[in-house]
Formats: sequence, C-alpha cells, structure tokens
Amino acid sequence: MGLIDDMLNGSQRALSRLITLSENDEEARQEIIKRIFHSIGNAHIVGITGPPGVGKSTTVDAVVTELRGRGKRVGVIAVDPSSPFSQGAVLGDRIRMQGNDENENLFIRSLASRGKLGGLSKVTNDVVKLLDAFGMDVIIIETVGTGQSEYEIAKMAHTTVIVLSPGYGDGIQAIKAGILETGDIFIVNKADMNGAAHAVKDIVGTVEFNFAVNEWTPPVIPVIAKKQEGIEIFVNELENHYNYLKESNLMEKKSKDRIEQEIEEHITSWIETNVLNYISHSGQKQKIIEQIYQKMDDPISLIHSHIKEMINGNFVK
Amino acid sequence: MKRPLRVVVAKIGLDGHDRGAKVIAAGFRDAGFEVIYTGIRQTPKKVAAIANQEDADVIAVSILSGAHNKLCGKLMELLKEQQADDIVCLVGGIIPNRDIEYLKSIGYAGVFTPGSELGDIVNFVKEKTKDRNQEYSL
Ligand SMILES: Nc1nc2c(ncn2[C@@H]2O[C@H](COP(=O)(O)OP(=O)(O)OP(=O)(O)O)[C@@H](O)[C@H]2O)c(=O)[nH]1
Ligand SMILES: [Mg+2]
Repeated sequence: MGLIDDMLNGSQRALSRLITLSENDEEARQEIIKRIFHSIGNAHIVGITGPPGVGKSTTVDAVVTELRGRGKRVGVIAVDPSSPFSQGAVLGDRIRMQGNDENENLFIRSLASRGKLGGLSKVTNDVVKLLDAFGMDVIIIETVGTGQSEYEIAKMAHTTVIVLSPGYGDGIQAIKAGILETGDIFIVNKADMNGAAHAVKDIVGTVEFNFAVNEWTPPVIPVIAKKQEGIEIFVNELENHYNYLKESNLMEKKSKDRIEQEIEEHITSWIETNVLNYISHSGQKQKIIEQIYQKMDDPISLIHSHIKEMINGNFVK
Repeated sequence: MKRPLRVVVAKIGLDGHDRGAKVIAAGFRDAGFEVIYTGIRQTPKKVAAIANQEDADVIAVSILSGAHNKLCGKLMELLKEQQADDIVCLVGGIIPNRDIEYLKSIGYAGVFTPGSELGDIVNFVKEKTKDRNQEYSL
C-alpha cells in the first residue's frame, strides 16, 4: 500500500510525508491531487489573519480547544514568511499552540511561504486538500496580515477572520484601506487590555458602514484568547457563517472563485517554469540580457517576440 | 527532489532558558533550513508528535536541566515506536563525557556541549542529511 491509501486510512505519518512531497515534487504533487480529488470538499475552511503579534496563534489554540470539545476533527496550517536572503525560516506559531495534544483528531503543520508571489495560496492549497481528504471537519489557516495576504486568504477560505488587538492603531487604518471587505468575522483579542471597548466600537462603526446592504453583517467579538474567553461565541459565529454560506448561493460562488484562482495559479506557474527553463537552457538568456543592455531592443518587445516564437514552436515536451 | 530541510528545535524539561535554542534556530534558518521552533518546557511525547506532523528531517533538542539521559531516552523510544528513528537527532547542553557516549549509543547522531561552533553544527547536520531523499510510493 502506498502513502495515499495509508493517509486515507488515517496515518498521520503518511499525511505528513504527502504534504512534504506535494510542496517539493511537482510530479508527486500531480499524482496526489489526482488521486485525492474525489474525497475532498467536506471541510469548513477558516482563514485567520491580522497584524503581527495580535494573538492569532493563541486564538487558534483556543478555537481548537473549543472545536475539540464539540467533537470536531481539526487541521491547522500555520504560515510564516521565509527569509528572502537564505530561503530559510523560523516557524514559531506552535509556541502558542500548546493547549491541545496532537492526536488523530488534531494535526498542525507549519509552512514557510517561500517568498513567492501569491506564495500563500500556492503552498497552502494542496495542504488544505490533503487535510480535507484526511477527514478534518475544520481546517484553520493562520497567516500574518500583510495587506496582500488578506485577499489571498479570503479567496481560499469559506470564512475569513481578521484578528486585531487594542492599541493596534494602524489596524484600524489598515481596515479602512480596504482589508475590511475581506473579513467575515472580526476579533478584538487582548480584551483584557485598555482600549478594547473603544477598538470594538470603532470596528463596528466601520463594518456597518461597509456592509449595510449585505445579509451577513460581520460580527465584532471581543476575546481574551489566553483565558479562552469569548471563544465559544466566536466558534458559534464561525458555524453561523458556514451555515449562511450553505443556505445562500454564496457557497457555490466561493467555490467557483476558488477554482478560478487555482486555474490562474496553475497557468501562471506552469508558464513561468517552462518559459524560464526554456530561455535558460537554450542559452538565450545571456543573449537577451546583452541585447537589452546594448539597447538593441527594448525588453518588452524582445521578450514578447521570444515567447511568441516559443509558443508557435511548441517549445515544451 | 531538492528541498529545504526541516528541523524541529525543542527545549525539553523544566528549565526556562531558551537563548541557546534560539541561537541554534537562527543559525539553521540562515543556512536555509525551515526551523520549527517549539518553545520551552516540552515533553518527549510532544516533541515526537510535533516531529511526526512537521515531517522533520532533524530534531535538535536542547536540555539544560541535567535530566538528559532520561528525557532523550524517552524521546528516542517514542520515535522508534512511530518508526521515525531515521530522523537525525542532536542534543545540546551541559553533558558530561560518559553521557555523550550513552546518548550516541541510543541513536543520537551528534551531542554538542557549550562552546560548539554554530557553523560546525550546521555542517554536521548537512553531512548527516545528505542522502535523506527517501524513496516513496504513492
Ligand atoms: N494580554 C493578552 N495577551 C495575549 C492574549 N492572547 C495572546 N496574547 C499574547 O500576545 C503575544 C502574541 O501572541 P501570538 O498568539 O503569538 O500572536 P500572533 O498574532 O500569532 O503572532 P505572529 O504569528 O508572530 O504574528 C503573546 O505574548 C501572547 O501571550 C490575550 O488574550 N491577552
Ligand atoms: Mg502566530
């Protein structure tokens, strides 16, 4: 029996190996996705994002405790950036996810975003599929908000949660700048600190302004993740939102949006890999650089003509 | 398959000093590893479970409490149980010579005492993990 059957039969070790393979080995990745594709689509995918240090991991830990109490099987994906210099990464979210024992009903995986454009969804999508096929009821993705990742996560997740904390002055500014539209639920963590009530009020005001015409008004929930306070209400709202999606036609729309995004990603990454390979291997890259350097041609016209030439010549195997 | 190697850096035991562990973690990161840092006060059971879920190539344990033989022994036992003793395991800490021999005899690839050079540790690990591209069948 191979890894995929072992995984489908409940082996975490096989699941763990498959994640590594799908991340690093394109051939294995294709085979994995092909074979698990029909066993997925049952998990509630939750994205949790927000500025550094607001308590996302602590909140995830508390949510896992609550979900486990409700008998749910939970998968967690914690994404941290890679160093642009060494490509290495210190993935530290697990430090604050110690409240629950790893067992067959809880699987946590740390991922490095590897600095790619659209890096978040590229590294995360396959892991979501694997956790889904493994039989997790809820899959939580934690990522640091950067202004861009919010949009990426909103496209991947059924429910997007934005975590803020009092005293995070810029948080509100960031929200006004547009991140707001991506949030289905807002958490004000560290409600034990000064300014929490003020932050909640501020966000409620902005949310109402933006969502006045929608059926779903994002709740703004004060939480003390460290003490498990407010988490029950939060998890209730997660379930409410999931039910809302299922009862309206939004679930289908979200799923199709996600498929669209995946298609675009596959196309981009396929073209990127093949064109770059072709140019590098055929030794043309140096020539192109030289031509542009000598101002014999401008970069855009030159690259376009090369790409057209390649496509016409069926340049890939 | 060329890929970044994954290292779990874990502090096992009750002492709360993790400067050394953080230095090691940063060293591995700068050498291009993906480091899963677990924080302080871990149990062998927790570390074994984390290594399993993170598909660790390497586990670097830091122990300052003196209970290294017992705790490292337990961890190795658990790794064997879950058939994960192919993971390259290291221990760092204040460890007397006779215990170094013992730890190596139960399966620890390297034991590092204070004063070890970060670069040496990283190179040691690179060497030990050179052939870690296990075959697999899907
Ligand atoms: N006062 C207070 N502190 C909290 C609470 N929840 C988390 N913290 C603290 O906030 C700090 C950051 O917590 P994390 O959970 O690591 O935050 P994060 O958003 O995941 O951080 P990054 O992943 O590094 O962006 C830690 O020191 C926590 O102990 C809370 O409810 N109240
Ligand atoms: Mg975190």
